[in-house]
Amino acid sequence: MTAASETVRLGGAALSPLDTEAVRADFPILGRAVRGGHPLIYLDSGATSQKPRQVLDAERDFYTVHNAAAHRGNHLLAEETTDAYEGARVRVAEFIGADPGEIIFTKSATEALNLVAYAMSNAATAGPEAERFRVGPGDEILVTEMEHHANLVPWQQLCLRTGATLRWFGVTPEGRLDLSNAAELISDRTKVVAVTHQSNVTGAVPPVADIARLAHAHGALVVVDGAQSVPHRSVDVAALGADFLAFSAHKMLGPSGIGVLWGRRELLEAMPPYVTGGSMIEVVRMEGSTFLPPPERFEAGVPPAAQAVGLAAACDYLDGIGMARVHAHEEALTAHGLEAVAAIPGVRVLGPLTTENRGGALSFVVDGVHPHDVGQVLDELGIAVRTGHHCAWPLHRALGVQATTRATFYLYNTHDEVDALADGIRQAQKFFGAA
Amino acid sequence: MELESLYQEIILDHYRHPHRKGLREPFDAQVHHVNPTCGDEVTLRVALKDAAGEPVVADVSYDALGCSISQASTSVLTDMVVGKTVAEAMDISAEFLALMQSRGESEPDEDVLGDAVAFEGVAKYPARIKCALLGWMAWKDATARALAEAGPGAKDDS
Repeated sequence: MTAASETVRLGGAALSPLDTEAVRADFPILGRAVRGGHPLIYLDSGATSQKPRQVLDAERDFYTVHNAAAHRGNHLLAEETTDAYEGARVRVAEFIGADPGEIIFTKSATEALNLVAYAMSNAATAGPEAERFRVGPGDEILVTEMEHHANLVPWQQLCLRTGATLRWFGVTPEGRLDLSNAAELISDRTKVVAVTHQSNVTGAVPPVADIARLAHAHGALVVVDGAQSVPHRSVDVAALGADFLAFSAHKMLGPSGIGVLWGRRELLEAMPPYVTGGSMIEVVRMEGSTFLPPPERFEAGVPPAAQAVGLAAACDYLDGIGMARVHAHEEALTAHGLEAVAAIPGVRVLGPLTTENRGGALSFVVDGVHPHDVGQVLDELGIAVRTGHHCAWPLHRALGVQATTRATFYLYNTHDEVDALADGIRQAQKFFGAA
Repeated sequence: MELESLYQEIILDHYRHPHRKGLREPFDAQVHHVNPTCGDEVTLRVALKDAAGEPVVADVSYDALGCSISQASTSVLTDMVVGKTVAEAMDISAEFLALMQSRGESEPDEDVLGDAVAFEGVAKYPARIKCALLGWMAWKDATARALAEAGPGAKDDS
Protein backbone atom coordinates (compact mmCIF):
# COMPACT_ATOMS: atom_id res chain seq x y z
CA MET A 1 0.00 0.00 0.00
CA THR A 2 1.52 3.26 -1.08
CA ALA A 3 0.46 5.41 1.82
CA ALA A 4 2.02 2.94 4.23
CA SER A 5 5.22 2.79 2.23
CA GLU A 6 5.60 6.55 2.72
CA THR A 7 5.38 6.02 6.43
CA VAL A 8 8.59 4.82 7.88
CA ARG A 9 7.90 2.33 10.62
CA LEU A 10 10.09 0.68 13.17
CA GLY A 11 12.22 -1.88 11.37
CA GLY A 12 11.68 -4.75 13.79
CA ALA A 13 13.91 -4.59 16.83
CA ALA A 14 16.67 -2.78 14.96
CA LEU A 15 15.68 0.63 16.28
CA SER A 16 16.10 1.57 19.92
CA PRO A 17 13.38 3.78 21.37
CA LEU A 18 13.82 7.51 21.53
CA ASP A 19 15.51 8.73 24.73
CA THR A 20 12.94 11.30 25.75
CA GLU A 21 14.88 12.49 28.78
CA ALA A 22 17.96 13.25 26.67
CA VAL A 23 15.84 14.98 24.02
CA ARG A 24 14.02 17.12 26.59
CA ALA A 25 17.33 18.27 28.05
CA ASP A 26 18.05 19.90 24.67
CA PHE A 27 14.94 22.13 24.86
CA PRO A 28 15.48 24.87 27.45
CA ILE A 29 11.86 26.02 27.31
CA LEU A 30 10.61 22.65 28.54
CA GLY A 31 12.17 23.47 31.89
CA ARG A 32 9.82 26.43 32.33
CA ALA A 33 7.16 26.60 34.98
CA VAL A 34 3.90 28.29 33.97
CA ARG A 35 0.63 29.47 35.55
CA GLY A 36 1.31 29.15 39.24
CA GLY A 37 4.32 26.85 39.04
CA HIS A 38 3.09 24.01 36.87
CA PRO A 39 5.78 22.46 34.68
CA LEU A 40 5.05 23.30 31.06
CA ILE A 41 3.36 20.50 29.14
CA TYR A 42 3.62 21.62 25.54
CA LEU A 43 1.07 19.87 23.34
CA ASP A 44 0.84 22.51 20.61
CA SER A 45 3.67 21.52 18.30
CA GLY A 46 1.23 21.29 15.42
CA ALA A 47 0.99 25.08 15.66
CA THR A 48 4.70 25.59 16.22
CA SER A 49 7.40 23.38 17.68
CA GLN A 50 9.87 24.28 20.38
CA LYS A 51 13.54 24.69 19.46
CA PRO A 52 16.51 22.71 20.72
CA ARG A 53 19.65 24.41 21.97
CA GLN A 54 21.45 23.18 18.83
CA VAL A 55 19.17 25.25 16.57
CA LEU A 56 19.36 28.31 18.82
CA ASP A 57 23.16 28.00 18.96
CA ALA A 58 23.45 27.68 15.19
CA GLU A 59 21.50 30.89 14.66
CA ARG A 60 23.38 32.73 17.38
CA ASP A 61 26.71 31.52 15.99
CA PHE A 62 25.73 32.69 12.52
CA TYR A 63 24.84 36.17 13.75
CA THR A 64 27.84 36.33 16.07
CA VAL A 65 30.48 35.34 13.53
CA HIS A 66 29.30 35.45 9.91
CA ASN A 67 26.33 37.71 9.41
CA ALA A 68 26.10 39.55 6.06
CA ALA A 69 23.72 39.71 3.10
CA ALA A 70 23.88 36.49 1.09
CA HIS A 71 24.53 36.70 -2.65
CA ARG A 72 25.66 40.31 -2.38
CA GLY A 73 29.08 41.90 -1.90
CA ASN A 74 32.46 40.26 -2.25
CA HIS A 75 33.74 40.65 1.26
CA LEU A 76 34.56 37.70 3.46
CA LEU A 77 31.41 37.78 5.57
CA ALA A 78 29.22 37.92 2.46
CA GLU A 79 31.03 34.88 1.10
CA GLU A 80 30.61 33.00 4.36
CA THR A 81 26.94 33.93 4.56
CA THR A 82 26.35 32.82 0.99
CA ASP A 83 28.08 29.53 1.74
CA ALA A 84 26.01 29.07 4.88
CA TYR A 85 22.78 29.84 3.06
CA GLU A 86 23.55 27.59 0.11
CA GLY A 87 24.84 24.93 2.48
CA ALA A 88 21.48 25.02 4.23
CA ARG A 89 19.78 24.47 0.88
CA VAL A 90 21.89 21.35 0.33
CA ARG A 91 21.06 20.13 3.84
CA VAL A 92 17.31 20.64 3.43
CA ALA A 93 17.40 18.94 0.02
CA GLU A 94 19.09 15.95 1.59
CA PHE A 95 16.45 15.85 4.34
CA ILE A 96 13.68 15.18 1.80
CA GLY A 97 15.68 13.37 -0.89
CA ALA A 98 15.67 16.27 -3.36
CA ASP A 99 18.26 18.11 -5.45
CA PRO A 100 19.41 21.42 -3.94
CA GLY A 101 18.31 23.29 -7.07
CA GLU A 102 14.77 22.17 -6.37
CA ILE A 103 14.64 23.80 -2.93
CA ILE A 104 13.17 27.30 -2.76
CA PHE A 105 13.29 29.15 0.53
CA THR A 106 10.11 31.09 1.24
CA LYS A 107 8.92 32.82 4.37
CA SER A 108 6.52 30.02 5.29
CA ALA A 109 4.67 26.98 4.00
CA THR A 110 1.77 29.35 3.38
CA GLU A 111 3.91 31.53 1.13
CA ALA A 112 5.24 28.43 -0.63
CA LEU A 113 1.70 27.40 -1.57
CA ASN A 114 0.84 30.95 -2.62
CA LEU A 115 3.98 30.99 -4.75
CA VAL A 116 2.65 28.14 -6.88
CA ALA A 117 -0.88 29.57 -7.04
CA TYR A 118 0.35 33.04 -8.06
CA ALA A 119 2.87 31.65 -10.53
CA MET A 120 -0.06 29.95 -12.23
CA SER A 121 -2.00 33.16 -12.74
CA ASN A 122 1.22 35.00 -13.66
CA ALA A 123 1.65 32.37 -16.39
CA ALA A 124 -1.06 34.17 -18.38
CA THR A 125 1.41 36.97 -19.18
CA ALA A 126 4.62 34.91 -19.22
CA GLY A 127 6.33 33.32 -22.23
CA PRO A 128 5.32 30.13 -24.05
CA GLU A 129 7.40 28.01 -21.65
CA ALA A 130 4.81 28.81 -18.95
CA GLU A 131 1.97 27.28 -20.97
CA ARG A 132 1.94 24.30 -18.60
CA PHE A 133 0.84 26.56 -15.72
CA ARG A 134 -1.95 28.49 -17.42
CA VAL A 135 -5.48 28.01 -16.14
CA GLY A 136 -8.70 29.65 -17.17
CA PRO A 137 -12.44 29.11 -17.59
CA GLY A 138 -13.23 25.42 -18.04
CA ASP A 139 -10.17 24.32 -16.06
CA GLU A 140 -10.54 22.87 -12.62
CA ILE A 141 -8.51 23.12 -9.43
CA LEU A 142 -9.12 20.19 -7.12
CA VAL A 143 -8.59 20.52 -3.38
CA THR A 144 -9.95 18.69 -0.34
CA GLU A 145 -12.31 19.57 2.46
CA MET A 146 -9.63 18.69 5.02
CA GLU A 147 -7.13 21.32 3.93
CA HIS A 148 -5.61 23.91 6.18
CA HIS A 149 -6.77 27.32 4.93
CA ALA A 150 -3.24 27.80 3.54
CA ASN A 151 -3.86 25.08 0.96
CA LEU A 152 -7.41 26.17 0.22
CA VAL A 153 -7.72 29.95 0.12
CA PRO A 154 -4.84 30.49 -2.37
CA TRP A 155 -6.61 28.12 -4.77
CA GLN A 156 -9.96 29.85 -4.29
CA GLN A 157 -8.19 33.10 -5.11
CA LEU A 158 -6.48 31.58 -8.16
CA CYS A 159 -9.93 30.55 -9.42
CA LEU A 160 -11.21 34.10 -8.86
CA ARG A 161 -8.28 35.56 -10.79
CA THR A 162 -8.46 33.15 -13.70
CA GLY A 163 -12.05 31.96 -14.03
CA ALA A 164 -11.07 28.35 -13.25
CA THR A 165 -13.45 26.25 -11.15
CA LEU A 166 -12.67 24.99 -7.65
CA ARG A 167 -13.74 21.43 -6.84
CA TRP A 168 -12.98 19.31 -3.82
CA PHE A 169 -12.87 15.87 -2.27
CA GLY A 170 -15.15 15.52 0.74
CA VAL A 171 -14.32 13.69 3.95
CA THR A 172 -15.84 10.58 5.47
CA PRO A 173 -17.43 10.75 8.93
CA GLU A 174 -14.20 9.22 10.21
CA GLY A 175 -12.30 12.20 8.86
CA ARG A 176 -10.60 10.35 6.00
CA LEU A 177 -10.58 11.69 2.46
CA ASP A 178 -13.61 10.43 0.59
CA LEU A 179 -12.07 9.17 -2.63
CA SER A 180 -15.18 7.31 -3.80
CA ASN A 181 -15.75 9.84 -6.58
CA ALA A 182 -12.08 10.30 -7.45
CA ALA A 183 -12.54 8.98 -10.97
CA GLU A 184 -15.23 11.59 -11.58
CA LEU A 185 -13.45 14.47 -9.83
CA ILE A 186 -10.07 14.01 -11.50
CA SER A 187 -10.42 14.54 -15.22
CA ASP A 188 -8.61 16.15 -18.14
CA ARG A 189 -10.07 19.46 -16.94
CA THR A 190 -8.12 19.14 -13.67
CA LYS A 191 -5.02 21.33 -13.76
CA VAL A 192 -4.00 21.12 -10.11
CA VAL A 193 -4.67 18.69 -7.31
CA ALA A 194 -3.74 20.30 -3.97
CA VAL A 195 -3.82 17.96 -1.00
CA THR A 196 -2.47 17.77 2.51
CA HIS A 197 0.06 15.11 3.43
CA GLN A 198 -1.37 14.96 6.94
CA SER A 199 -4.39 16.72 8.40
CA ASN A 200 -3.48 19.27 11.05
CA VAL A 201 -6.78 18.48 12.81
CA THR A 202 -7.39 14.74 12.62
CA GLY A 203 -3.90 13.56 11.76
CA ALA A 204 -5.41 11.62 8.83
CA VAL A 205 -2.81 10.78 6.19
CA PRO A 206 -4.36 10.69 2.70
CA PRO A 207 -2.92 8.29 0.10
CA VAL A 208 -1.03 11.07 -1.66
CA ALA A 209 0.95 8.78 -3.96
CA ASP A 210 -2.26 7.16 -5.26
CA ILE A 211 -3.88 10.57 -5.77
CA ALA A 212 -0.76 11.81 -7.54
CA ARG A 213 -0.75 8.84 -9.90
CA LEU A 214 -4.37 9.48 -10.84
CA ALA A 215 -3.76 13.22 -11.22
CA HIS A 216 -0.69 12.70 -13.39
CA ALA A 217 -2.63 10.34 -15.65
CA HIS A 218 -4.74 13.40 -16.49
CA GLY A 219 -1.82 15.79 -16.74
CA ALA A 220 -2.61 17.67 -13.53
CA LEU A 221 0.02 19.16 -11.24
CA VAL A 222 0.11 17.79 -7.70
CA VAL A 223 0.78 20.21 -4.85
CA VAL A 224 1.25 18.72 -1.38
CA ASP A 225 1.04 20.56 1.93
CA GLY A 226 3.71 18.86 4.01
CA ALA A 227 3.61 21.25 6.97
CA GLN A 228 2.36 18.46 9.25
CA SER A 229 4.24 15.54 7.69
CA VAL A 230 7.81 16.63 7.04
CA PRO A 231 8.46 17.44 10.75
CA HIS A 232 7.15 14.08 11.92
CA ARG A 233 8.20 11.31 9.56
CA SER A 234 10.68 10.59 6.86
CA VAL A 235 9.43 12.17 3.63
CA ASP A 236 11.12 11.34 0.37
CA VAL A 237 9.97 13.41 -2.58
CA ALA A 238 10.71 10.60 -5.04
CA ALA A 239 8.34 8.24 -3.20
CA LEU A 240 5.78 11.01 -2.68
CA GLY A 241 5.06 11.25 -6.40
CA ALA A 242 4.06 14.92 -6.18
CA ASP A 243 5.23 17.94 -8.17
CA PHE A 244 5.42 20.42 -5.32
CA LEU A 245 5.81 20.05 -1.56
CA ALA A 246 5.50 22.91 0.92
CA PHE A 247 6.61 22.90 4.54
CA SER A 248 7.79 25.30 7.21
CA ALA A 249 10.82 25.34 9.48
CA HIS A 250 9.13 26.44 12.66
CA LYS A 251 7.04 23.29 12.90
CA MET A 252 10.17 21.09 12.64
CA LEU A 253 12.33 22.55 15.43
CA GLY A 254 13.62 25.33 13.19
CA PRO A 255 13.17 29.10 13.38
CA SER A 256 10.09 31.03 12.34
CA GLY A 257 10.25 33.15 9.20
CA ILE A 258 11.39 30.50 6.75
CA GLY A 259 9.54 27.87 4.77
CA VAL A 260 10.36 25.62 1.86
CA LEU A 261 8.87 24.91 -1.52
CA TRP A 262 10.23 21.85 -3.24
CA GLY A 263 9.32 21.54 -6.90
CA ARG A 264 10.37 19.27 -9.76
CA ARG A 265 13.22 20.93 -11.57
CA GLU A 266 11.65 20.92 -15.05
CA LEU A 267 8.54 22.57 -13.63
CA LEU A 268 10.45 25.20 -11.68
CA GLU A 269 12.44 26.02 -14.80
CA ALA A 270 9.25 26.78 -16.73
CA MET A 271 7.42 28.52 -13.91
CA PRO A 272 7.11 32.32 -13.81
CA PRO A 273 8.05 34.16 -10.61
CA TYR A 274 5.68 35.29 -7.87
CA VAL A 275 7.62 37.88 -5.84
CA THR A 276 9.98 39.95 -7.96
CA GLY A 277 12.80 42.38 -7.20
CA GLY A 278 16.47 42.06 -6.31
CA SER A 279 18.37 38.76 -6.38
CA MET A 280 16.03 37.09 -8.83
CA ILE A 281 16.88 39.04 -11.98
CA GLU A 282 19.25 38.29 -14.83
CA VAL A 283 19.22 41.63 -16.68
CA VAL A 284 17.20 44.70 -15.76
CA ARG A 285 16.50 47.48 -18.25
CA MET A 286 13.95 50.23 -17.94
CA GLU A 287 11.88 48.51 -20.60
CA GLY A 288 11.78 45.15 -18.85
CA SER A 289 13.75 42.39 -17.13
CA THR A 290 14.77 38.79 -17.45
CA PHE A 291 15.01 36.37 -14.58
CA LEU A 292 17.49 33.93 -13.13
CA PRO A 293 16.92 30.19 -13.25
CA PRO A 294 15.43 28.49 -10.17
CA PRO A 295 15.83 28.52 -7.27
CA GLU A 296 17.00 32.18 -7.36
CA ARG A 297 14.10 33.18 -9.61
CA PHE A 298 11.76 32.59 -6.68
CA GLU A 299 13.84 34.20 -3.94
CA ALA A 300 13.60 37.97 -4.39
CA GLY A 301 15.15 40.13 -1.69
CA VAL A 302 17.95 39.50 0.80
CA PRO A 303 17.55 35.85 1.76
CA PRO A 304 16.87 34.70 5.33
CA ALA A 305 20.32 33.22 5.89
CA ALA A 306 20.20 32.91 9.67
CA GLN A 307 16.83 31.18 9.46
CA ALA A 308 18.16 28.82 6.78
CA VAL A 309 21.11 27.99 9.01
CA GLY A 310 18.70 27.29 11.87
CA LEU A 311 16.59 25.07 9.64
CA ALA A 312 19.66 23.12 8.56
CA ALA A 313 20.55 22.64 12.24
CA ALA A 314 17.02 21.36 12.83
CA CYS A 315 17.47 18.84 10.00
CA ASP A 316 20.74 17.75 11.62
CA TYR A 317 19.01 17.39 14.96
CA LEU A 318 16.10 15.35 13.59
CA ASP A 319 18.33 13.13 11.48
CA GLY A 320 20.64 12.69 14.46
CA ILE A 321 17.75 11.13 16.32
CA GLY A 322 16.36 9.47 13.21
CA MET A 323 13.00 10.27 11.67
CA ALA A 324 11.94 6.64 12.02
CA ARG A 325 12.54 6.90 15.76
CA VAL A 326 10.73 10.25 15.95
CA HIS A 327 7.77 8.78 14.12
CA ALA A 328 7.66 5.62 16.24
CA HIS A 329 7.72 7.72 19.42
CA GLU A 330 4.87 9.93 18.23
CA GLU A 331 2.89 6.92 17.08
CA ALA A 332 3.14 5.43 20.57
CA LEU A 333 2.05 8.74 22.14
CA THR A 334 -0.83 9.03 19.68
CA ALA A 335 -2.02 5.48 20.40
CA HIS A 336 -1.86 6.27 24.11
CA GLY A 337 -3.65 9.58 23.61
CA LEU A 338 -6.39 8.06 21.49
CA GLU A 339 -7.01 5.43 24.12
CA ALA A 340 -6.87 7.75 27.12
CA VAL A 341 -8.92 10.61 25.68
CA ALA A 342 -11.52 8.63 23.74
CA ALA A 343 -12.19 6.57 26.88
CA ILE A 344 -13.46 9.62 28.80
CA PRO A 345 -17.26 9.63 28.83
CA GLY A 346 -18.63 12.68 27.03
CA VAL A 347 -15.51 13.13 24.90
CA ARG A 348 -15.48 12.55 21.14
CA VAL A 349 -12.23 12.31 19.24
CA LEU A 350 -12.37 13.51 15.65
CA GLY A 351 -10.75 11.49 12.94
CA PRO A 352 -9.40 7.96 12.84
CA LEU A 353 -9.29 6.13 16.16
CA THR A 354 -6.22 4.06 15.33
CA THR A 355 -2.73 5.14 14.37
CA GLU A 356 -3.01 3.58 10.92
CA ASN A 357 -2.19 6.30 8.41
CA ARG A 358 -2.68 8.83 11.14
CA GLY A 359 -0.25 11.28 12.69
CA GLY A 360 -0.07 12.82 16.13
CA ALA A 361 -2.84 15.41 16.05
CA LEU A 362 -5.58 14.65 18.55
CA SER A 363 -8.63 16.89 18.23
CA PHE A 364 -11.68 16.35 20.37
CA VAL A 365 -14.91 17.83 21.65
CA VAL A 366 -16.16 17.64 25.21
CA ASP A 367 -19.93 17.56 25.65
CA GLY A 368 -21.11 20.67 27.48
CA VAL A 369 -17.72 22.38 27.59
CA HIS A 370 -16.65 24.70 24.80
CA PRO A 371 -13.10 24.12 23.47
CA HIS A 372 -12.03 27.57 24.69
CA ASP A 373 -13.07 26.60 28.18
CA VAL A 374 -11.37 23.20 27.95
CA GLY A 375 -8.22 24.95 26.78
CA GLN A 376 -8.47 27.45 29.61
CA VAL A 377 -8.62 24.74 32.27
CA LEU A 378 -5.75 22.86 30.63
CA ASP A 379 -3.72 26.07 30.48
CA GLU A 380 -4.30 26.57 34.18
CA LEU A 381 -2.69 23.14 34.67
CA GLY A 382 0.30 24.14 32.53
CA ILE A 383 -0.92 22.21 29.48
CA ALA A 384 -0.67 24.15 26.22
CA VAL A 385 -3.12 23.03 23.53
CA ARG A 386 -4.82 24.74 20.61
CA THR A 387 -8.52 25.58 20.58
CA GLY A 388 -10.73 26.69 17.72
CA HIS A 389 -10.93 25.49 14.15
CA HIS A 390 -7.15 25.33 13.64
CA CYS A 391 -7.36 27.09 10.27
CA ALA A 392 -9.46 24.22 8.92
CA TRP A 393 -12.95 25.64 9.15
CA PRO A 394 -14.50 23.60 6.32
CA LEU A 395 -13.22 20.37 7.88
CA HIS A 396 -14.81 21.24 11.20
CA ARG A 397 -18.06 22.03 9.42
CA ALA A 398 -17.89 18.72 7.55
CA LEU A 399 -17.39 16.83 10.80
CA GLY A 400 -20.31 18.65 12.38
CA VAL A 401 -18.42 20.62 15.00
CA GLN A 402 -17.90 24.32 15.46
CA ALA A 403 -14.52 24.09 17.12
CA THR A 404 -12.29 21.56 18.83
CA THR A 405 -9.52 21.28 21.36
CA ARG A 406 -6.36 19.93 19.78
CA ALA A 407 -3.32 18.29 21.34
CA THR A 408 -0.37 17.58 19.08
CA PHE A 409 2.60 15.42 19.97
CA TYR A 410 6.25 15.67 19.09
CA LEU A 411 9.52 14.00 19.90
CA TYR A 412 9.87 15.73 23.28
CA ASN A 413 6.48 14.72 24.67
CA THR A 414 6.09 11.96 27.23
CA HIS A 415 3.48 9.40 28.15
CA ASP A 416 3.05 11.13 31.50
CA GLU A 417 2.06 14.28 29.60
CA VAL A 418 -0.57 12.31 27.69
CA ASP A 419 -2.00 11.13 31.02
CA ALA A 420 -1.93 14.71 32.31
CA LEU A 421 -3.96 15.76 29.26
CA ALA A 422 -6.62 13.13 29.94
CA ASP A 423 -6.71 14.12 33.59
CA GLY A 424 -7.00 17.79 32.64
CA ILE A 425 -9.98 17.06 30.40
CA ARG A 426 -11.72 15.35 33.32
CA GLN A 427 -10.99 18.40 35.48
CA ALA A 428 -12.54 20.66 32.85
CA GLN A 429 -15.65 18.49 32.82
CA LYS A 430 -15.83 18.68 36.58
CA PHE A 431 -15.32 22.44 36.70
CA PHE A 432 -18.09 23.08 34.22
CA GLY A 433 -20.37 20.46 35.74
CA ALA A 434 -20.28 18.35 32.60
CA ALA A 435 -18.90 15.13 34.08
CA MET B 1 -6.53 27.73 40.89
CA GLU B 2 -6.94 31.08 39.17
CA LEU B 3 -9.85 29.62 37.29
CA GLU B 4 -12.37 30.79 39.85
CA SER B 5 -11.27 34.40 39.37
CA LEU B 6 -11.76 34.05 35.62
CA TYR B 7 -14.95 32.04 35.73
CA GLN B 8 -16.79 33.84 38.49
CA GLU B 9 -20.06 32.30 39.59
CA ILE B 10 -22.02 35.08 37.86
CA ILE B 11 -20.39 34.13 34.57
CA LEU B 12 -21.13 30.45 34.98
CA ASP B 13 -24.75 31.28 35.94
CA HIS B 14 -25.28 33.37 32.83
CA TYR B 15 -23.59 30.66 30.74
CA ARG B 16 -25.90 27.95 32.04
CA HIS B 17 -29.01 30.14 32.05
CA PRO B 18 -28.55 32.87 29.46
CA HIS B 19 -30.93 35.85 29.58
CA ARG B 20 -32.94 36.98 26.55
CA LYS B 21 -31.50 34.27 24.32
CA GLY B 22 -33.31 33.55 21.05
CA LEU B 23 -34.11 35.83 18.12
CA ARG B 24 -37.24 37.95 18.47
CA GLU B 25 -39.41 40.31 16.47
CA PRO B 26 -39.68 43.22 16.10
CA PHE B 27 -36.16 44.49 15.52
CA ASP B 28 -34.57 47.44 13.78
CA ALA B 29 -31.24 45.89 12.84
CA GLN B 30 -29.63 42.48 12.82
CA VAL B 31 -25.92 41.68 12.60
CA HIS B 32 -23.83 38.54 12.45
CA HIS B 33 -20.40 38.67 14.02
CA VAL B 34 -17.76 35.95 14.20
CA ASN B 35 -14.54 35.48 16.05
CA PRO B 36 -12.40 34.28 13.15
CA THR B 37 -9.82 32.61 15.36
CA CYS B 38 -12.26 30.13 16.85
CA GLY B 39 -15.40 30.31 14.75
CA ASP B 40 -17.59 31.52 17.60
CA GLU B 41 -20.51 33.45 16.21
CA VAL B 42 -23.43 35.56 17.26
CA THR B 43 -26.50 36.77 15.39
CA LEU B 44 -27.85 39.73 17.29
CA ARG B 45 -30.91 41.93 16.89
CA VAL B 46 -31.58 45.32 18.36
CA ALA B 47 -34.97 46.97 18.73
CA LEU B 48 -35.02 50.65 19.64
CA LYS B 49 -37.89 52.83 20.78
CA ASP B 50 -38.26 56.50 21.21
CA ALA B 51 -38.73 57.97 24.66
CA ALA B 52 -39.17 61.73 24.81
CA GLY B 53 -37.16 62.17 21.65
CA GLU B 54 -34.31 59.95 22.78
CA PRO B 55 -33.62 56.45 21.43
CA VAL B 56 -33.94 53.75 24.05
CA VAL B 57 -32.91 50.08 23.83
CA ALA B 58 -36.23 48.23 23.72
CA ASP B 59 -34.87 44.72 23.19
CA VAL B 60 -31.72 42.81 22.39
CA SER B 61 -32.18 39.26 21.19
CA TYR B 62 -29.54 36.87 19.94
CA ASP B 63 -28.56 33.44 18.85
CA ALA B 64 -24.99 32.46 19.57
CA LEU B 65 -22.51 29.64 19.45
CA GLY B 66 -19.50 30.00 21.65
CA CYS B 67 -17.62 29.54 24.85
CA SER B 68 -18.82 30.30 28.36
CA ILE B 69 -17.21 33.74 28.33
CA SER B 70 -18.83 34.86 25.07
CA GLN B 71 -22.22 33.41 25.98
CA ALA B 72 -22.27 34.86 29.46
CA SER B 73 -20.99 38.21 28.28
CA THR B 74 -23.77 38.54 25.72
CA SER B 75 -26.35 37.56 28.33
CA VAL B 76 -25.02 40.16 30.79
CA LEU B 77 -24.96 42.74 27.99
CA THR B 78 -28.70 42.40 27.50
CA ASP B 79 -29.28 42.92 31.24
CA MET B 80 -27.12 46.01 31.18
CA VAL B 81 -28.50 47.79 28.13
CA VAL B 82 -32.18 46.91 27.74
CA GLY B 83 -34.29 49.78 29.02
CA LYS B 84 -31.40 52.25 28.95
CA THR B 85 -31.12 55.11 26.52
CA VAL B 86 -28.74 54.36 23.69
CA ALA B 87 -26.42 57.05 25.05
CA GLU B 88 -26.31 55.41 28.49
CA ALA B 89 -25.88 51.98 26.96
CA MET B 90 -22.99 53.21 24.81
CA ASP B 91 -21.30 54.56 27.95
CA ILE B 92 -21.61 51.15 29.61
CA SER B 93 -20.24 49.52 26.49
CA ALA B 94 -17.28 51.92 26.48
CA GLU B 95 -16.63 51.19 30.14
CA PHE B 96 -16.74 47.44 29.45
CA LEU B 97 -14.31 47.81 26.56
CA ALA B 98 -11.97 49.81 28.79
CA LEU B 99 -12.16 47.09 31.44
CA MET B 100 -11.31 44.43 28.87
CA GLN B 101 -8.32 46.42 27.63
CA SER B 102 -7.02 47.14 31.13
CA ARG B 103 -4.91 43.97 31.41
CA GLY B 104 -6.40 43.68 34.87
CA GLU B 105 -4.84 46.97 35.98
CA SER B 106 -7.96 49.08 36.46
CA GLU B 107 -10.64 49.02 39.12
CA PRO B 108 -13.97 48.45 37.38
CA ASP B 109 -16.83 50.76 38.24
CA GLU B 110 -19.58 48.51 39.55
CA ASP B 111 -22.12 51.35 39.46
CA VAL B 112 -21.73 51.53 35.70
CA LEU B 113 -21.00 47.91 34.89
CA GLY B 114 -23.26 45.94 37.24
CA ASP B 115 -22.81 42.18 36.70
CA ALA B 116 -20.35 42.92 33.94
CA VAL B 117 -17.66 43.56 36.58
CA ALA B 118 -17.50 39.77 36.86
CA PHE B 119 -15.52 39.79 33.62
CA GLU B 120 -12.65 41.60 35.32
CA GLY B 121 -10.60 38.39 35.34
CA VAL B 122 -10.93 37.99 31.56
CA ALA B 123 -8.75 41.07 31.03
CA LYS B 124 -5.80 39.08 32.38
CA TYR B 125 -6.16 36.53 29.58
CA PRO B 126 -5.60 38.38 26.30
CA ALA B 127 -6.71 35.38 24.26
CA ARG B 128 -10.17 35.54 25.85
CA ILE B 129 -10.88 39.26 25.50
CA LYS B 130 -12.32 38.77 22.03
CA CYS B 131 -14.68 36.18 23.49
CA ALA B 132 -15.97 38.66 26.05
CA LEU B 133 -16.34 41.41 23.46
CA LEU B 134 -18.08 39.38 20.74
CA GLY B 135 -21.65 40.20 21.83
CA TRP B 136 -20.84 43.79 22.82
CA MET B 137 -19.26 44.59 19.46
CA ALA B 138 -22.23 43.02 17.69
CA TRP B 139 -24.59 45.10 19.81
CA LYS B 140 -22.71 48.30 19.05
CA ASP B 141 -22.74 47.54 15.34
CA ALA B 142 -26.44 46.64 15.31
CA THR B 143 -27.34 49.76 17.27
CA ALA B 144 -25.35 51.99 14.95
CA ARG B 145 -27.15 50.45 12.00
CA ALA B 146 -30.54 50.81 13.64
CA LEU B 147 -29.85 54.48 14.34
CA ALA B 148 -28.58 55.07 10.82
CA GLU B 149 -31.63 53.44 9.33
CA ALA B 150 -34.04 55.34 11.54
CA GLY B 151 -32.38 58.68 10.85
CA PRO B 152 -32.71 61.58 13.26
CA GLY B 153 -36.14 61.49 14.86
CA ALA B 154 -37.51 59.15 12.17
CA LYS B 155 -39.01 56.79 14.68
CA ASP B 156 -41.63 57.41 17.34
CA ASP B 157 -42.82 54.35 19.17
CA SER B 158 -42.74 50.67 18.34
